[in-house]
Amino acid sequence: MTGTLTDTAVDVEGLTVRFRSKRSDTTALDDVSLRVAAGEFVSIVGPSGCGKSTLLKVVAGLVRPSSGSVSLLGEPVTGPQRDIGFAFQRAALLEWRGVRKNILLQAEMRGMDKARAARRADELIELTGLAGFEKALPHELSGGMQQRVALCRALLHEPPVLLMDEPFGALDALTREQLNAELNRIWRETGTTILLVTHSIAEAVFLGTRVVVMSPRPGRLMRTLSVDLPAERDYAQVMTDSRFGELTREIRQLLGSVESH
Amino acid sequence: MTSTTASNDVQPSAGEEPGPPAPGGPRARIELGARFLRFLEAMWRPAILLGLVFVLWWVATAREWVANYLVPTPKQVWDRIIAEWSSLMYHSYVTLYETVIGFVLASVLGLATAVLIAYSRTMDKALYPIVLFAQVIPKIAIAPLLVVWFGNGLAPKIILAVLIAFFPVVVSGVAGLRSTDHELLELSSTMGASRWQTFRKIRFPNALPHLMAGEKVAVTLAVVGAVVGEFVGASEGLGYVLLLANGNLDSALLFAALILMSLIGILLFVVVEVAEALLIPWHASRRSVTPLTTS
Repeated sequence: MTGTLTDTAVDVEGLTVRFRSKRSDTTALDDVSLRVAAGEFVSIVGPSGCGKSTLLKVVAGLVRPSSGSVSLLGEPVTGPQRDIGFAFQRAALLEWRGVRKNILLQAEMRGMDKARAARRADELIELTGLAGFEKALPHELSGGMQQRVALCRALLHEPPVLLMDEPFGALDALTREQLNAELNRIWRETGTTILLVTHSIAEAVFLGTRVVVMSPRPGRLMRTLSVDLPAERDYAQVMTDSRFGELTREIRQLLGSVESH
Repeated sequence: MTSTTASNDVQPSAGEEPGPPAPGGPRARIELGARFLRFLEAMWRPAILLGLVFVLWWVATAREWVANYLVPTPKQVWDRIIAEWSSLMYHSYVTLYETVIGFVLASVLGLATAVLIAYSRTMDKALYPIVLFAQVIPKIAIAPLLVVWFGNGLAPKIILAVLIAFFPVVVSGVAGLRSTDHELLELSSTMGASRWQTFRKIRFPNALPHLMAGEKVAVTLAVVGAVVGEFVGASEGLGYVLLLANGNLDSALLFAALILMSLIGILLFVVVEVAEALLIPWHASRRSVTPLTTS
């Protein structure tokens, strides 16, 4: 692929999603357009129920748009996508499999070359500090380690695009910071395009090259801010950076102003 | 604690140092030993209770609180089992055979039905009411009909065992297959998994804990099915021995047959338990209880 095709990883145009049930019609997303360039890290923040997760699921092909179009790596999205890694809010591990086998599920389902997958799994286990726990079952791991396993699984097949739906939402603050720093490193080292949905404004700014702020239901894009911080980010440094303060304040105001209405 | 960030993160499990789990062999052996101890720990209370019932039986019959033709002494029953050993073993074998075949068939058919119901809405609507209807027919009451249709051989006993054991397998199988986490299914589609892969690697293992609970109920019911089948028309099997002993007012033989039936039920239940322990060692119901809980 050449030219503009490779430059745009995710292209969402005029996306509207309505959920129809017997009792009510809900508009989850209303006329959302978003273009994500390859290698970008886009954080999506917004109040609960604003359709952030729905947006990711539409990109993954798990939810059909009511209108509008979505394309991934230049191809229109019509069904479940394979060129992605997906990390869920809960780790969603198979509780009967150990760490390594949970990660390798990705390879089994895709029919990847076994030797290559095994090597890649070992790399990722090393990279995320899971070494020594290859055989541990999910219930033997803390929430933070479970999310690390889920992250390894999502990265095993080296997807060009990684979609993350509040993967660190259930973790304590310290573990979360640690994983944020790791994710920043993984993103820099792999060049993966990442879309991250989060509730945490700090996390959104710390990780993103851009932060997309959404309005409450029906979800619309309120504002996109580019985060002009260096790609390599250190937690202590970024937190005290005045630009970080300005950005988080601005986002908080945006979200606050809609909530007071 | 330890130096790596990762191990700070792991929760120390029961009384062990947090750290890499030992490789399969030694750990598995320790597990077996621990499991045996836990088994003993679980068994001593029921064993004492059973012992008490036995003593009461002994005393009550020795002192003739109850007439001997109604309740024989333990010794009479024991002597009877020894005297009729080969014949009783043969009849036990027949009943065991009917029960096992019935149970296996019920498991296979039940699971297949559960898969159809869990995967297809049409099948759900068409089959579930029929399965339920079949369940509310008192199956013991159709035993005579089965004998009329299939004769005095093994077939009606096996069919009755299947009919009785089928329902718990279907219900638990459907519940298990439906309990799959929605996120796991979504994950599976982002991996491009086929339906068969999703079933084999996610839905089926996930359903096993439910399914095994149903299998345990089913196996004890299968014994009932086989024995009832023998009541109605048979020339062999423990149910036949029971009827024979009843006709002759031979209470010692009657008790002997009862005891053997119960042993078959317990034996099969234990087999299913062991199968469960091997199949789903990871499940919460199978995890070892931490010895620290009493502190």
